[in-house]
Amino acid sequence: MSTDTPASAPAESAAERYLAVQRSAEFAGLRRALRGFVFPMTVAFFLWYALYVILSAYARDLMGTTIVGNINVALVFGLLQFASTFLIAWLYSRYAARRIDPVADRIRAEMGEVTHDHGPRG
Amino acid sequence: MTTVLAVEAGDSTARNLTLTLFLLFVAVTLAITVWASRQTKTATDFYAGGRSFSGFQNGLAIGGDYMSAASFLGIAGLIALYGYDGFLYSIGFLVAWLVALLLVAELLRNSGRYTMADVLAFRMRQRPVRTAAAASTITVSIFYLLAQMVGAGALVALLLGIKPGTTFLGLDADAAKIATIIMVGALMVTYVTVGGMKGTTYVQIVKAFLLMGGAVVMTLLVLAKYKFNLSGLLGDAADASGKGAALLKPGLRYGVETPGDALQTFYSKLDLFSLGVALVLGTAGLPHILIRFYTVPTAKAARKSVLWAIGIIGTFYLLTLALGFGAAALVGSEAITAQDRAGNTAAPQLAEALGVDFLGGELGGATLLAVIAAVAFATILAVVAGLTLASSSSLAHDFYANVVKNGTASERQEVAVARISALVIGAISIVLSIFAQNLNVAFLVALAFAVAASGNLPALLYSLFWRRFNTNGAVWAIYGGLFAAVFLVFFSPVVSGSPTAMFPGHDWQWFPLSNPGLLSIPFGFLCGWFGTVISKERDDQRYAELEVRSLTGAGAH
Repeated sequence: MSTDTPASAPAESAAERYLAVQRSAEFAGLRRALRGFVFPMTVAFFLWYALYVILSAYARDLMGTTIVGNINVALVFGLLQFASTFLIAWLYSRYAARRIDPVADRIRAEMGEVTHDHGPRG
Repeated sequence: MTTVLAVEAGDSTARNLTLTLFLLFVAVTLAITVWASRQTKTATDFYAGGRSFSGFQNGLAIGGDYMSAASFLGIAGLIALYGYDGFLYSIGFLVAWLVALLLVAELLRNSGRYTMADVLAFRMRQRPVRTAAAASTITVSIFYLLAQMVGAGALVALLLGIKPGTTFLGLDADAAKIATIIMVGALMVTYVTVGGMKGTTYVQIVKAFLLMGGAVVMTLLVLAKYKFNLSGLLGDAADASGKGAALLKPGLRYGVETPGDALQTFYSKLDLFSLGVALVLGTAGLPHILIRFYTVPTAKAARKSVLWAIGIIGTFYLLTLALGFGAAALVGSEAITAQDRAGNTAAPQLAEALGVDFLGGELGGATLLAVIAAVAFATILAVVAGLTLASSSSLAHDFYANVVKNGTASERQEVAVARISALVIGAISIVLSIFAQNLNVAFLVALAFAVAASGNLPALLYSLFWRRFNTNGAVWAIYGGLFAAVFLVFFSPVVSGSPTAMFPGHDWQWFPLSNPGLLSIPFGFLCGWFGTVISKERDDQRYAELEVRSLTGAGAH
């Protein structure tokens, strides 16, 4: 950290600090942890949802097959979309608490001094 | 003769009870609003409720903001009339929350301040991006507002039991509709100008409790009637509908197969995909939902609020099954369509039938009808308040403060402009709603979702995840998606060229799908990419700041 630079320097050094953090191995790990979960999961739930919509459009006999009484495949498939949504939300909250929050907190704490004198907070 | 009298006595009891309960809701929410106004001192208080709400409170408020008249009255009606196809909406509206949870909520909370454009413009030239974002925010919100207010107007005549040729407080059905639209408009402007985000949030929390309570009670009564045998309920619904087992599987309304016309069948299926995509990708681009993430102190609280919202909204959409099929079985499609062709009154009619059964006679029916009718009005009021807040915030914070005043406006001026904007937007929506009364409510909501998914979501995702993205790309993405969506709808069968169109007597339709999402959303992404690569602008330093802040919460407001 250069402390002997004149007036306009704090903002500049803050910007450089952000670049430095972004290039750090710790931040790269945080980015990888986040993207490694949310991107594949987004693709997965979107394909799973698309499968449901496609079956609704083209596989109506399959969807209309009854399982128990008047409960058919279409209804069970729809309810499974609810179940998968709840499940993914729960998995993400567990994953984030374990793999993302601690790293983010640590990086934020390390940056504490810089962000303080950079611009207003709140 | 005596039965007619009894029915009319029941009607007027229901009417008085509806009015009493509704006035009670208005009185309570206005009191909260006045209380909230005393706690609203800074711009952060006005725009973001002081960022003082807990994850749970915000989760409830998101539920109150999101579950609109289209969800409660619309989906229940669609399921009652078309069975399984109505349930498609419930699923799309819920799964959509995963996009918000995984890709948007926390990063937006960390890097923005008051509006969606704070994130979009973070590393861009402020004026062009904020102008575009304000334009799309206001477009989406006004379409959504119209849908809610037109819905309120259409419902009031039915819920207050004003039949053609009769009057209520000297108003005939048409005058009552207009009076309702004006009253809803006046209330939403009051909530927003007086109570800001704090007042609006509490209104939405109260509404979430009322709506969930009403839906749970009705579901329990429906299930109790069938001794908690879901299969029995479905069977009865199928029989009563006259459509048999077809009611329980997809195909009655979407992706309809026209025998002998392969092209029409193909378009119909494409339209189903288009609707499905717009529903899932629209939510995370709705400005009134996005600004709710600013009302909590941290990204962790934003995550918690989405988790609560998913739980609350998911539970509610599960209940729509019982409400919709319950209405099909216990009210019957004939009685529903006789009251409202689109089925929007299925849920209140079900309440009346359940009341007759469980509370005893006409009076019981009238009582439960009144309760559910008041809940429906509360539902509409909470949503329109959220929409008014989102659009006036964007007008004041994005357009006035950052475009007109170039960032030199004081907080006090900004909030004053936001309050005036709420008045102006309220007035515009009242006038448009009065003229738009004949428009189809579901069409307006689906359009709002498609426009949000096409105009806002691509720019938002590129901003958060793509280093190379720049001012030109953001402007292209927003205007490209916005215009593509509106343009395609204009030439679609919902506007002209079909018997159910807005202008049934005219025909300038050439676009075969009624929902534009399947084309306009990819087009928005494509525009964002193309606009970016044809411009040399690139600011790695600002992206570093955005990325570090959005992922870690460093320097968050």
